[in-house]
Amino acid sequence: MSTASVEAAQRAPHPGRSRRRRRARIAYWTRGLIMSLLALLFLAPFLWMLSSALKRNGDIFSVPTQWIPDPLVWDNFIEVWTGERSMLRYFSNSTIVVVATILGQLFVVTLAGYAFGQLKFKGQNVLFIAFLATSMVPAQLLLVPRFMFFSQIGLYDTLMALIVPGLASVFATFLLRQHFAAAPRELGEAARIDGASEWRIFFRVYLPLARPMLAALAILIFDSTWNDYESALIMITDESKYTVPLGLTRFMSDDGTVSLGPALAGSVSSIIPVLIIFLIFQRHFMKSMARAGLR
Amino acid sequence: MTVTEEVSTSEGRTSGSSSRRKPRRLVNGYRWWVPWVFLVPIVVLVLAFLVVPLFSGLFIAFTDWNVVSGIEGIRWIGLANFQELFQDDMFWSSIGRTLFYAGVGTPLTVAVGMLLGLALNQPMPARGLIRAIFFLPALVNTIAAGTVWLSLLHPTSGPVNQALTALGIEDPPTWFVSQDWALPAIVIMSVWISAGYVAILVIAALQDMPPELYEAAEIDGAGVFRQFTTVTFPGLVPILTFLLITSFIGRSQTFGLIQFMTGGGPGDSTTVLSYYMYEAGFHSYRFGYAAAIGVMSMLGVLVLSVGLFRLQRGRGLYT
Repeated sequence: MSTASVEAAQRAPHPGRSRRRRRARIAYWTRGLIMSLLALLFLAPFLWMLSSALKRNGDIFSVPTQWIPDPLVWDNFIEVWTGERSMLRYFSNSTIVVVATILGQLFVVTLAGYAFGQLKFKGQNVLFIAFLATSMVPAQLLLVPRFMFFSQIGLYDTLMALIVPGLASVFATFLLRQHFAAAPRELGEAARIDGASEWRIFFRVYLPLARPMLAALAILIFDSTWNDYESALIMITDESKYTVPLGLTRFMSDDGTVSLGPALAGSVSSIIPVLIIFLIFQRHFMKSMARAGLR
Repeated sequence: MTVTEEVSTSEGRTSGSSSRRKPRRLVNGYRWWVPWVFLVPIVVLVLAFLVVPLFSGLFIAFTDWNVVSGIEGIRWIGLANFQELFQDDMFWSSIGRTLFYAGVGTPLTVAVGMLLGLALNQPMPARGLIRAIFFLPALVNTIAAGTVWLSLLHPTSGPVNQALTALGIEDPPTWFVSQDWALPAIVIMSVWISAGYVAILVIAALQDMPPELYEAAEIDGAGVFRQFTTVTFPGLVPILTFLLITSFIGRSQTFGLIQFMTGGGPGDSTTVLSYYMYEAGFHSYRFGYAAAIGVMSMLGVLVLSVGLFRLQRGRGLYT
């Protein structure tokens, strides 16, 4: 070993490690750069949507492509929010459906999850497995009979037709069952000795334990219900009952003429509520999505 | 709140009517029917909106029902729908297109998502923000996403084709107005929509993996590549299989996206099976025929998912 390298070794006690650390730092920033560029590519449709919604209709397909609107106009937003076909109505319809679905589904699946997870009864496992098996039935096959059923009982073309089928979620029940099964049985036993009713035990002892899980589920239900286009397409014909995604299609084709500006302004508007929830609960959101997938 | 009353009143009644109280014959501390009270709402809903529709769907497939004739107009026609279906060229070609849309689109999305997930699991600046951006498209409704992509891929003056022309490609694909490119364009769009979702699940699975496995692999002298093939990938197999199956099913069921983007066209080039069924039912009002298509697609999905599960069994690390 030469004297120079010995000196170097004295200055930096572990030359190999510091080199490795430097290489790691370069890799760290390189990865960041590459992934940011890729992320920009994924973000581009959003940027395009926002910028085009703020353009005059003739500027959307200008050559060369305008990424920053010039001039920037709010006409499209004003039209979709105050015009004859107002987003206001679509938003209020969607809000009704979303709120009712969240409350209704949480009520139904919490009760069921508690019965399956915490209580004991004969035939419990068989019933639960049969219940899980229903999730294998493709939504497609249910489409026609549901439509038929709803027309028979007079729920066709009402918001109820969008709410009721979404209440019994197999997936949510499964998650809550796992959750309640992991909760200690002693809590309920102690409350029973104290003379609490079964309802009280559920409501006061076990339900509070499930609060984080219910919050996560509420976010997922919000996302899927707000974005649901297909049920509305099948069940709703009266324009005063349109939900947001169905309403958006009305801006796109108006007597065959395409008015892209309002359609894009409507699209931007439709994303904002989901985006707000996402930004507030970002951590929660991704985690619950992940849990939804991993089971 | 009705349940409260039900539980308390009926409890009160039973204890009141039987004068000699049985000293604790309750096995779990409550009466046998208590769990069933909690189950009433879900059982009713599942019966009404799943079980009954399922069987009536199976039944309608053997009839020639259309809405106009009302419920009295249902007429049993045996296997006629299925006989017609097997001779229907559109049925077979739409299966082919479904296999392309779901069979190519799903593995592509899962592969892109897996690569993103692996990359985004590494340390990097602003990682949370970057992850969130990739995930963003999964939050957008079909129509908003569709509107954007219709304009992005506008054949003459959309930004994508302007960029392609600027890059020296003389006639770029005309995307949604081309018979050859419409379905691939929808596949590309679907990758954009759900790759970030796949990535989030892959990241979650990676973080669940025991670090001891990597330590052991390192001690054994396994390099980065070998660590991937022997530890990381086998660990991801369960979640990847799950994603492949669920997104394949999801894709083969959706018709809303296609209905809005192309209406099955141009020509029949985007008429996948699910859209064909939607069209048969809600455009041509042949609900019996539509239900028959639904039955066939259910059988297809069933066979495929059982097959995939069997393939996966025993391959994963923790199965």
